[in-house]
Amino acid sequence: MAKNNKPVMAVRNLSKVFKSGILNPEYTVAAKDVSFDIEKGKIISLIGESGSGKTTVGKLILKLINPSQGQILYNGQDISEIESKAETKAYYRKVQGIFQDPFATFNPLYRVDRVFDMIFDSFELGFEDKDQAIRDALYDVNLNPDRTLGKFPHQLSGGQLQRLLIARALLMDVDVLIADELISMLDASTRIGVLNLLVESCKKHGMSVIFITHDLNLGYYISDQSLIMYKGRLVERGETRKIYENAVHPYTQMLFEAVPEIGERWDPEEEFLPEQVVNDVQNFYQENEGKGFVEIEEDHSVLFSDK
Amino acid sequence: MRENILEVKNLKAYYDILKGQVKAVDNVTFNLKNGEILGLAGESGCGKSTLASSFISRKKPLKYVSGEVDLVGHKIMEMNESEFKKLRLRTISLIPQYALDAFSPTKKIKTYISDLARQQGVKTDKKFFDKVRERLDLVNLDETVLNRYSIELSGGMKQRVIMVISTILDPEFLIADEITSALDVSSQRFVATMLANLRDLEIIKSAIFITHDLSILYQIADRIMIMYAGNFAEIGPTDEIVDNPRHPYTRALIDSLPKVGIQYKDQRLAGINGTPPHLLNIGEGCRFRQRCPYAVEKCEESPKREQVAEDHYVSCWRWKELGSDLSGQK
Repeated sequence: MAKNNKPVMAVRNLSKVFKSGILNPEYTVAAKDVSFDIEKGKIISLIGESGSGKTTVGKLILKLINPSQGQILYNGQDISEIESKAETKAYYRKVQGIFQDPFATFNPLYRVDRVFDMIFDSFELGFEDKDQAIRDALYDVNLNPDRTLGKFPHQLSGGQLQRLLIARALLMDVDVLIADELISMLDASTRIGVLNLLVESCKKHGMSVIFITHDLNLGYYISDQSLIMYKGRLVERGETRKIYENAVHPYTQMLFEAVPEIGERWDPEEEFLPEQVVNDVQNFYQENEGKGFVEIEEDHSVLFSDK
Repeated sequence: MRENILEVKNLKAYYDILKGQVKAVDNVTFNLKNGEILGLAGESGCGKSTLASSFISRKKPLKYVSGEVDLVGHKIMEMNESEFKKLRLRTISLIPQYALDAFSPTKKIKTYISDLARQQGVKTDKKFFDKVRERLDLVNLDETVLNRYSIELSGGMKQRVIMVISTILDPEFLIADEITSALDVSSQRFVATMLANLRDLEIIKSAIFITHDLSILYQIADRIMIMYAGNFAEIGPTDEIVDNPRHPYTRALIDSLPKVGIQYKDQRLAGINGTPPHLLNIGEGCRFRQRCPYAVEKCEESPKREQVAEDHYVSCWRWKELGSDLSGQK
């Protein structure tokens, strides 16, 4: 990774093991040995399929769960040391998340304005004119305040609600935004609008974004850096363009083969089995035993073996 | 042999609610040819699922208003429920959206399948289960899944079991509603290809594949139909729709798709401004006109379905002058 800038957020050897059952506990490794940096004003995509541990990483950063091992450093400070109420609040003042289902985020019984009222109640944001600040933030995300404020969630579309949440993050002037499948519930025609907006806000306000997605095309479109996760492991990390042009890990390669694209048809002769990748990855690890996580070119690293 | 499995003419199906009528499918005309996969695309609320349920479930508050639907010789809109029941699973079959969540958690897959077969009056003897096993093998599942519960299967596996169940009686016409949208990309490819395989093996004759994702349709559909807000927008062979779209909405939809190789830094993709109109008591006129950059006064009237080329039809007043890259003036 580029070394000149100091990262806003640094994730170091992060692991999370879930335990289920009391007498005969079963352990699920949701994340293992994940390390990456996020620089100020950059977008990093975290790409993986369901069960890959991408949401777990997001939750760990948001302090919704505690890591089993490893550290998350926010501006150099280990966030596991944040314990007091005041400190936690200060952390959430700068690190926020937006999740997949906007209709689940909003309480259907309250007007949408409540999400703004809540941040003004909880945090000292230092605006003289609160209402004007909200209106400005809404204009920033291409929403007309007169048509959105005072409405109930069901009166707005999914895209509008997600924009509203982006506006909230802008109002709080957050440093790091975790966008977990932000647009996967939106329609093709509206999702690009939300995506463009996210990048613009990020550049304008110097906000860093962790864009969690399963969609490779979207990840490529918006991010500077990419992380590919498979079964809790970070299998490929680096500059987005390098990963996409020169995917080395069999799992990343499989993803590229499977992603549907206009203008390029799947080969009908080729037998494609999703189960196949498990073997491919195992063989790959065996062939490269002992190599571990290696930087194969500048700003592009690959997991060659899991031991 | 018939040329068309399904012929739909000026179909209108509305939702009758207290406030009035929601015109979810309004004046839709198309054919489904023998042996083809027709892709049906559009945003949420465009009426694509309503169109499917108007063929198969026809439950209130959905009301059939007018138009004709001919399914291999059966005028299904005039049939009553008991007559129509005989067609289900044998002639017409539906994989609804979220079908993979509809398994009973307390029943084994085997029980589930035999219940369903018995309901259709099919004997669940050894011969029947041999066929089930054969089909499971086709979708690369081990026969042990029969003795498992649905919670033990992954999303991709469940969707494959669903495909086996819904095609076990070799229906002529299958409607697949968003069967790939809840799946991972790897399973997505497998399930989509499977649908095409079922057709190639002549287990099913034709299918309508409903999705919001044009890039999947590009992979497997022979023709694509685009709907917008309950109206027919455009239909044509897949390559023709992708390379030479004539409806401004189709063009915008294709242009808004991100592709590997396009980064925000270099090229900005454009979405479509605004939201689709409310379909409650909606009046005349092209329903896309409020969001269409090319709308003119004429668009206050409903456009006619016109032929662009062989098999390619569009409903837009300005398709001729605008051309496929929409280089005509705004």
